[in-house]
Amino acid sequence: MSKIVASAAIRGAHSWAEEAEAALKQAIESKGESQKLEFPETAFFLPMAYSLLGMEVKDLAGAKKIMARVRSLLPPVPSEKVWLPYLGPTLDAGIATLLSTEMITALRYLRGELPAQGDQGFISDTILRSLGIQLVDGRMPGFAAILGSAPTNEIAVKVVRELQQRNILVFLCDNNDGKTMRQQLEQEKVELGWDTYIVPLGSDLVSGIYALNWAMRGALTFGGHKRGEFVKCLEYQRDRVFAFGLVFGEVTDRRYAVGAGAINMGFCVIADTDIPEIRPTGVTLFEALVRERNYDKIVPTCIQTRGVKVKVEKVPIPVNYAAAFEGERVRKEQLAVEFGGKASVAFEWLRMKSLDQVEDGKITVVGPDVDTVPDGKSLPIAIIVDVAGRKMQRDFEPILERQIHHLINGAMGVMHVGQRDIVWIRMSKDAKAKGFKARHFGDILHVKLLQNFPSIADKVQVTIYTKKEDVEKLLAEAKKSYAERDARVAGMTDESVDTFYSCTLCQSFAPSHVCMISPERLGLCGAYNWLDGKAAFEINPTGPNQPVVKGETIDPVKGQWDNVNKFVYQKSSKKIEKFNAYSLMESPMTSCGCFECIVAIVPEANGVMIVNREYNGMTPSGMTFSTLASTTGGGLQTPGFLGVGKLYVTSRKFISADGGLARVVWMPKDLKETVRERLEARAKEVGLDDFLNKIADETVCDNAGDLLPFLEKVGHPALTMPPMF
Amino acid sequence: MKEKSIDKATLQMMEKAKCDNVCTAFDRAAQQEPRCGFGELGVCCQQCYMGPCRVDPLGKGAQYGACGIDADGIVARNIARNTAIGASAHSDHGRDVAHNLYMTSQGKAQGYEIKDPVKLMYVAEELSVDTSSGDVKKIAAEVAHKCMAEFGKQEGELIMAQRAPEKQKERWRKLKVMPRGVDREIVEVLHMVHMGMDADYRNLLMFAIKAGLSDGWGGSMIATDLTDIQFGSPNPLRSKANLGVLGENTVNILVHGHEPTLSEMIVKVARTPEMKALAKKKGAEDITVAGICCTANEILMRQGAPLAGNYLMQELAIVTGAVESMVVDVQCIMPGITQVAPCYHTKIITTSKKARIPGAVHYQFEEERAVDIARQIVTESIENYSNRKRDRVQIPKESSDLIAGFTTENVFYHLGGKFRPSFKPLNEGMIQGRLRGVVGVVGCNNTKVVHDYNHVNFVKELLKHDVLVVTTGCSAGCLAKHGFLDPEGGLQYCGNGLKEICVAVGIPPVLHLGSCVDNSRILTACIEMVKEGGIGTDLSQLPVAGSAPEAMSSKATSIALYVAASGIAVHFYPPFQVHGSKKVTEYLTSEMEKDFGAYFIFEGDPKKAAQKIIAHLDKKREALKLKPMMYPPLNGETDKKAAEKQAAVSKS
Repeated sequence: MSKIVASAAIRGAHSWAEEAEAALKQAIESKGESQKLEFPETAFFLPMAYSLLGMEVKDLAGAKKIMARVRSLLPPVPSEKVWLPYLGPTLDAGIATLLSTEMITALRYLRGELPAQGDQGFISDTILRSLGIQLVDGRMPGFAAILGSAPTNEIAVKVVRELQQRNILVFLCDNNDGKTMRQQLEQEKVELGWDTYIVPLGSDLVSGIYALNWAMRGALTFGGHKRGEFVKCLEYQRDRVFAFGLVFGEVTDRRYAVGAGAINMGFCVIADTDIPEIRPTGVTLFEALVRERNYDKIVPTCIQTRGVKVKVEKVPIPVNYAAAFEGERVRKEQLAVEFGGKASVAFEWLRMKSLDQVEDGKITVVGPDVDTVPDGKSLPIAIIVDVAGRKMQRDFEPILERQIHHLINGAMGVMHVGQRDIVWIRMSKDAKAKGFKARHFGDILHVKLLQNFPSIADKVQVTIYTKKEDVEKLLAEAKKSYAERDARVAGMTDESVDTFYSCTLCQSFAPSHVCMISPERLGLCGAYNWLDGKAAFEINPTGPNQPVVKGETIDPVKGQWDNVNKFVYQKSSKKIEKFNAYSLMESPMTSCGCFECIVAIVPEANGVMIVNREYNGMTPSGMTFSTLASTTGGGLQTPGFLGVGKLYVTSRKFISADGGLARVVWMPKDLKETVRERLEARAKEVGLDDFLNKIADETVCDNAGDLLPFLEKVGHPALTMPPMF
Repeated sequence: MKEKSIDKATLQMMEKAKCDNVCTAFDRAAQQEPRCGFGELGVCCQQCYMGPCRVDPLGKGAQYGACGIDADGIVARNIARNTAIGASAHSDHGRDVAHNLYMTSQGKAQGYEIKDPVKLMYVAEELSVDTSSGDVKKIAAEVAHKCMAEFGKQEGELIMAQRAPEKQKERWRKLKVMPRGVDREIVEVLHMVHMGMDADYRNLLMFAIKAGLSDGWGGSMIATDLTDIQFGSPNPLRSKANLGVLGENTVNILVHGHEPTLSEMIVKVARTPEMKALAKKKGAEDITVAGICCTANEILMRQGAPLAGNYLMQELAIVTGAVESMVVDVQCIMPGITQVAPCYHTKIITTSKKARIPGAVHYQFEEERAVDIARQIVTESIENYSNRKRDRVQIPKESSDLIAGFTTENVFYHLGGKFRPSFKPLNEGMIQGRLRGVVGVVGCNNTKVVHDYNHVNFVKELLKHDVLVVTTGCSAGCLAKHGFLDPEGGLQYCGNGLKEICVAVGIPPVLHLGSCVDNSRILTACIEMVKEGGIGTDLSQLPVAGSAPEAMSSKATSIALYVAASGIAVHFYPPFQVHGSKKVTEYLTSEMEKDFGAYFIFEGDPKKAAQKIIAHLDKKREALKLKPMMYPPLNGETDKKAAEKQAAVSKS
């Protein structure tokens, strides 16, 4: 709060208080202290006084008590030099203003001075119930209180239309030199009223209180807070009611005072004049007082400053959009145009950018569009998504990027396979006929990323390139970024971090199962590695991925830590007392049911077999995958059976307490191929020669009887290792 | 640098002292040169009559004392003993405050009242005192009793130490340094440094730390809280600092030392119409009560009384020739003042039975007669006004505006008002990268350092890098004199992020938290930062640090140890006298971090020291994944890293 602002707001608060005191004095003189005082149609008395002071004021005697409190809140104006801290006092002055303006308006009703025709005045509890709930549950993203009139009718219309488009409720109050924004809009034939989300409250500044004491009642009605719980009521406003003030014209002392009241409620103020800004955060979510002289930017500035999350209900594309279309294939005969696969060069790349580098909703297509290509042919494509957000981090890039797959797949007649530079997108003739174009990829990503990740994505812009030279040039850059991301996880070991991440996503069907994700052991479903867990926690701090500080190491070989045990014990409803991250045989990790593979002991061979979900034949354990799964899953510790992610097989920590990779005697051929490269590298690392060929697969045998002779023939290391139990 | 101070008023008075043929600490310190190298390195042992023994730090001569103790043992013992002395000074101060509160509650203390019953109730609840009666006196008596019992407690854990975050307490328990009772820990250390006792440097350091913790989380914390209860919790107020506050035509009384009990009463009495009238009668316009050292801070924080100077100015204040009396209580009082005073008309009045000085008039302070004693002292000072030798008077014109009176409790209000009190804007400032962190700059002056130079230049460098500074003790006195506590003037030193916060809240970039026992406020403020969240779950994770850039006393040793053991890295200069032992030095400057999450930086160049602290804050910020700093440091110099990061962010 700059001193200029503080001084003005405090002066303003004094002036409001004096006006309220004078009006009250006059009312008492003419009607006596027992005269009833109330707003129409509310059960909350004078709502500000009720919520902030806990006072049930019904008459002028009670009103006197409010004004006594107001007096005690009014601070002196900061001195010219050697001033004392003024933020606290100014916020107090704001509260005094809220109470005083409420008093002034209540006394108007008492005197029978009703709002002018077409002005709303006090907002009843009925409207609160019908519209307020939309405001606090997010259907209505927020409200704007506009003070004064715009410099031109054109700007007035533009600003209001921009807010309307975003479903933001607009309250109008105050005037500049007698001219109100209501008049401006009426001259331009803009329809006003609750139905169009544009509500004139009154032609003077004091009417602004109607919006504020309406919002305040939300904390009592929907927030369940009690009267007098001022901290809770005000924080509810900051956290749930995304309101802001937009001031046109000079910011007078009295306007500053009302602004200080709004800031107490966590509502920021944006002005179109050259005022001193208050940028530090804490009282408000983001900046408290901001100037914006550019009318093209004024609404986006409001939205960004208050952190209003505008939801677009429908994805603006010419084909249907739903999760139901995700699995749909586009066959050759239906093919209009394809990108990537083997047909052309294609990739997707999501990048973090700073807030000022991203224009929200900007979709650009550079190069020929889909209608320039004959059916069945291909185009190169680069889909570059730039995301900015106050809480966005580099670590979130791959997670958001991975969403592109299922987001684009949701469009009817569009097929999306793969990711990064192995992406393959097909569009059907039907989709093309309905008018689907390249830019619609951007529309989908813009709307859905904002919708699905409101806490981290504030702005999304998408650029699509379809010229080969552009795509190839950008691909080189993207590849650098992919490599950087990979390197970030590759270099990490369980020892190099002090925190693991839990995953309890599957507790709905395996209530005692707790996944513990470490850098060298990804989740058993294969979908979450350590960085994902970390990012997921930051995206949703109360979600299923929680950080677990390892604590004291109990057993470095088996992988057991003090805090991990405590956490697992607590989160498994006290079912699992301890677990060893690196052992199959002793207190292994539980499995839910989503594992990519099962590791199972083959006692005859003194080793283990690994079977993946996709393999439906018989295995040397005498059981198929699905039979094994029923033994392994369900959140129980079953020594000898373990659900794992595919990549874990090649980890340094793969059942390292039981002998590690050298124990693997059998796995299906497909699985072997999938992990071949990594497996070979890992085998070489531990000095196992020609190891892959020593692992049997279904082409060698599918039972234990035939397995042993093979192992003996190839000289499998497991045979000479210490007994597994 | 040739000059011995960077403070103009100090330099002017040093010049005057020379003309008046008066010898001060600056001269006496020079006469002590060259210092004994063994003593400086801490390898001189005087624990028994076989000694003094000393160990050759170069490894050529004797490596063991007569009893066989090695350098590590000697050095650690000396530091341990030093800590015990410092901890007992703070704690005895706390005990006296508790005693005064008790006497007040019994109606036996003349003229005292209980000014902050709200804080009384809060502390009472914490001490499990029944507050249901609402009887302030009764509750105060019990609170005072419980606090006094903390000193002699033999078992369990200090109650106030329970304020620390859980992780912190676990760490202390594991290392077995959780203090039981204040006196218990101090006596134990004193026992351990006796001849033929502990020779294990690490063990000695642990017990020294335990005694230090009993100061910070015991004696000092009790002193702060009970002083607030009895004399009122401070609130921001205006005043002035430096010798220019002495009046040309007023009766000037200087209070010097540490305790608030008598000085509060002197301020109160001097402000009565009766005394003012007497002063007028004697030809003076008014009475000025100003302070030196921490007594100054106590009466500044609560009464707005001006601050005449810090530690090294105590004799120079007398040299102005305009001081009718200097009233002293305990700690940091140079016996030299009674050598300077006879050159002028100044009366030196001692008031504590624990601190008498030959050549001074002694008025024994007793709670029962506090008003009478204060009246006697003020009257005598007024009477002395006529003895002022006008031709020997020279008052420097320097005096700076300042704001003082910040506490952990009132920060809540100043960041959110009555309806949204909160630490959030402070934490948010750090999270968003406006503030790099918070550093407590505290401690004394020392003749080995150019007076005020280290404080000023260390703080300048920090402010430039968006570090909010909190200050106590003689450091606060220094920073006040040099204008850092002026909400307008202080801004010129700030980086843009810090400036935005200061302008938003209306505060100077350096916040005065009080006297040296009030370092406990730094601990409680850190606890609130942890509670508010987002910047760590333990003090050692916070982007904070402490510094005593011109340390002098044993109390500083105790403070430094408890601050570091509380997880807050400490810069300290001149260094602990430990450099004769590699192991002790190594432990304090590095290994200690593994145990306590903090370590010592012994660095003489204030700018370099600040840069090390800044690097430390950056390390903490990085570990917490806080946003990169929003603005490059002021003037763009140094900290290339921040600038590079900034560039990297805007580029991508």
